[in-house]
Amino acid sequence: MGSELPPLSLALKQDAPIPLDVSLSTRRGELLALIGPSGSGKTTVLRSIAGLYRPAGGRITAGGETWLDTDAGIDLAPQARRVGLVFQDYALFPHLTALDNVRLAMLGEKESERTRRAKDLLARVHLAGLEARRPDQLSGGERQRVALARALARNPKVLLLDEPFSAVDRMTREPLKEELAGLHRALDIPIVLVTHDLEEAQSLADRICVLERGKALQIGTPEDIRLRPAAMGVARLMGQTNLIAGLVLNGSHIRCGPHVIAARQLNGARVGDEVTALFPADCISLIDDVGGRPNLLRGTLSELQSLGDVTGLTLDFEGMRLRMKVPTREASMRALRPGLMVDVELDPAFVHVIRKS
Amino acid sequence: MDWPAFSLTLQLAVWTVALLLPCAVLIARLLAWGRIPMRGAIEALIMLPLVLPPTVLGFYLLVAFSPQSELGRALGAIFGRAPVFSFTGILLASLIVNLPFAVQPIQRAFEAIPRNVREAAFVSGLSRWQTMRRIELPLAWPGIISAIALTFAHTLGEFGVILMIGGSIPGETRVLSIAIYDRVQAFDIAGAGVMSAVLLGFSLFAIAVVHTLARRKGAASHGI
Repeated sequence: MGSELPPLSLALKQDAPIPLDVSLSTRRGELLALIGPSGSGKTTVLRSIAGLYRPAGGRITAGGETWLDTDAGIDLAPQARRVGLVFQDYALFPHLTALDNVRLAMLGEKESERTRRAKDLLARVHLAGLEARRPDQLSGGERQRVALARALARNPKVLLLDEPFSAVDRMTREPLKEELAGLHRALDIPIVLVTHDLEEAQSLADRICVLERGKALQIGTPEDIRLRPAAMGVARLMGQTNLIAGLVLNGSHIRCGPHVIAARQLNGARVGDEVTALFPADCISLIDDVGGRPNLLRGTLSELQSLGDVTGLTLDFEGMRLRMKVPTREASMRALRPGLMVDVELDPAFVHVIRKS
Repeated sequence: MDWPAFSLTLQLAVWTVALLLPCAVLIARLLAWGRIPMRGAIEALIMLPLVLPPTVLGFYLLVAFSPQSELGRALGAIFGRAPVFSFTGILLASLIVNLPFAVQPIQRAFEAIPRNVREAAFVSGLSRWQTMRRIELPLAWPGIISAIALTFAHTLGEFGVILMIGGSIPGETRVLSIAIYDRVQAFDIAGAGVMSAVLLGFSLFAIAVVHTLARRKGAASHGI
């Protein structure tokens, strides 16, 4: 029963005190990342799913059960929702051992079964041997793992993670991310990850939902969101800098400053429309031969910025400034330096047109 | 040494702690997390015995508990007679006087529990009652121990309010502090000295016991 239904689907709407206008549904075993700046409502969405926040209007169904339906007067308590939630600072019970933290989330089960399963869960998150430690005797990464084991203890229908990596240092973060990716492959339930870290969302999520002021701006694959943002807000949130005002000339060309640029598709924009053209870093390449291809531009290298094994380039094409990255090795082989004339190609397939909203 | 006064003082302290503690836990929890109107006014009212001169508080309680007042008659119907100049009267007064000493430390302890720890308990499937029993009370334990110590010690030494409402009836309302005062009035300095020393020793002992308990309970891991 309910196998055709999405494992988690929600539609939340309210104007105040926190504006919310989000509707989404997940697929089986999908990891969905909610990203957005602070105050965008992503944690509120997560808390609404867990039943810790009650939006003015909305509907949430999970695993065939209705958890919230404000029209029908249904609002299940958090205890009745079977969610696993990893809090930002983990919120472990400070007076209990790691084992008891996990065991407490299985109160309804038999005593022996609770201990056995709690040990299994701790072993699954690589904490075997640390069962007797209390939270203050564990490192940040270990605490996160206890929180994860506790969240899984109720056999949740949805796993919710609120900025799970923000409280651990960079060194600890990478292995934890790999473990989460492994867990995601092994679990059949949807995982909703709240983060403000783009890289984290890109590397872990199957789909990303971009939120701004409580509104879902776009939901799509990481590649969609990065290369084909639906709105300027999304492009900016994704850290895109090559956003140039343009004018649609015909079905396949736009004018950006003095340049006429070919674009494979115009995203519904019509001739004469004012648009914004996005040139993702993926679509720009330095070239040596300038024979017979579209979108060849010659400009000046105005700035070089070393970012470790890649180098950031700022290029000026008669007033149109674009940024791109090349491997540092390539930059030194080409003897790139400020003031050098360079030729680049913009791949028409990646030129993305954003219509004015 | 006035042993009946000593025994009466102990009874008063034990009864005060036993009756006040459950009320204080409920009031403290409500003040810490409950959505209650006029929270500030209620907190101020609970704090009042701290700042009011004991004789003034005692005077008002005497008037309130007297057979001439509505409250006095109502209490008289429950306890057989109006609770002035009786053990019941000094116990009721002691409960009121000690309210801030019992509520404050427990309220602070509850307030120190992060909200998301309680939410984590809810999300882990614990009912409100289970959350209180397994999470909140163990975490608030040092505050509860402080409340017991303060209430107990404060009751041992209470003088003004008890004198006003209970007078000095041997075996009924004459607690140690009043007995000491009576001895001094009668120029029996040696007798007053012995009783003062006993009270001092007992107060120190009581505080040492509860603090040791608090430390042990805090350090031990809590099985569930």
